[in-house]
Amino acid sequence: MRLSSKHLLGIRDLPKEDIQLILDTSIQFKEVLQRPIKKVPSLRDITIVNLFFENSTRTRISFELAEKRLSADTINFTSSGSSVSKGETLLDTVNNILSMKVDMVVMRHSATGAPHFLAQHIPAAIINAGDGINEHPTQALLDALSISEKLGGLQGKKVAIIGDIMHSRVAMSNMYLLKKMGAEVTIVGPPTLIPTYLKESFDVNITYNLQEALEWCDVANVLRIQLERQNQVLFSSLREYNRSFGITRKMLDELHKDILIMHPGPINRGVELDSDVADSKQSIILNQVENGVAVRMAVLYLLSGRKESST
Amino acid sequence: MSGMVTIMDEEQLKLTLKRLSHELIENHYPFNDTCIIGIQPRGIAISDFITSYIMQINPGVKLNYGKLDITFYRDDFRNQLHAPGITELPFQIEHKKVILIDDVLYTGRTIRAAMDALLDHGRAQKVELCILVDRKYSRELPIQPDYVGKSIDSIITQKVKVIWEENEKRVILYDAK
Repeated sequence: MRLSSKHLLGIRDLPKEDIQLILDTSIQFKEVLQRPIKKVPSLRDITIVNLFFENSTRTRISFELAEKRLSADTINFTSSGSSVSKGETLLDTVNNILSMKVDMVVMRHSATGAPHFLAQHIPAAIINAGDGINEHPTQALLDALSISEKLGGLQGKKVAIIGDIMHSRVAMSNMYLLKKMGAEVTIVGPPTLIPTYLKESFDVNITYNLQEALEWCDVANVLRIQLERQNQVLFSSLREYNRSFGITRKMLDELHKDILIMHPGPINRGVELDSDVADSKQSIILNQVENGVAVRMAVLYLLSGRKESST
Repeated sequence: MSGMVTIMDEEQLKLTLKRLSHELIENHYPFNDTCIIGIQPRGIAISDFITSYIMQINPGVKLNYGKLDITFYRDDFRNQLHAPGITELPFQIEHKKVILIDDVLYTGRTIRAAMDALLDHGRAQKVELCILVDRKYSRELPIQPDYVGKSIDSIITQKVKVIWEENEKRVILYDAK
């Protein structure tokens, strides 16, 4: 029983069995998190560095908590205030950290493929915590856990992914994962934010009509408009985006069924989600965050078992 | 399986488990301050039998019965990852007497991990150990059982297995090679 790969770089190359193993293990870690002492000694001989070259609240805290609850030693690195600003390369930075005997690397980077590059050059296990517009595998795994907890599985479930698909690594990882686990996926957003090749490469439906997608789906996974990654004008204004693709209470009330509302955070209230939707009973946004710690514990635990074979 | 011998057949096995149940009753009746905890995965069949037998002959007794998974506490998981089982402790163990139940006691490392896992749920007043098969002279840690079904002499290359299927229940000893 172990993962087929030494690293977790993305969902794309992760077999279905591995996904299931991570989800099953996460459920056991959720139980650990309910205990009076929310800590197990599994990783007490492991040191993990969290390399965050990009801003993060949830993912970084979630990884850090997961590491601490597994009794690992952790080091946090953020690019601001480090020697990266003096011109040190990524590989030099990481090799310097690894020479201080670090076993695992959790990395977020704005460049697509940065963790894949590292994986070819360093011996430590690497976990991708988001790379550019490519993938964010642990987010997709925690989304999957949250959906299957509420709906009893993923097979045949209808998931709408709404928003800035083109710049979203969450959307990418979710599409890979949901299709592998047998869910149906519809992509919703303005035409300028949805690459047309998605339909063929992922076998997903595409629609530009939010109402239609909400009527179809069991789950709406709503994404943030990533203005920091857009260097051209892809829609006229946030206000216009909100009018066409923002989810309001009224829309949900008119559906005559309860759909789950998910969001990877951070939410731009009043843009993609209205406050009374984000804070409603249908919203499982905070469950997602809770599940994040358990999923990351499972990933770290399953990958750490390979320590001996790597050295 | 080479060199296989049956060390307990179904009849002996059930008799022994009933005797263990009576020993627990003798020391712990009416089980108000006692919890019985089976160790995942292989202790569960044993603890299921013992707890249902105790309740069968003492219909009024309410048992605190739980299951404990020790996967995350093992000291050998770098060599072999185990699939975690379910931990289910629907009661507080604080100030209670705890009886741990497992099938085979060999090196004592599983019980060491179980005690660590148990401590993370609270401070028990006392912890006792109930074992179906005790492999003598093979301990790697200073751990001894309080209730023993059967003590056997075995060598390191042999293995003991408790088979607990619907139509086959027995304990066997065989050469692992």
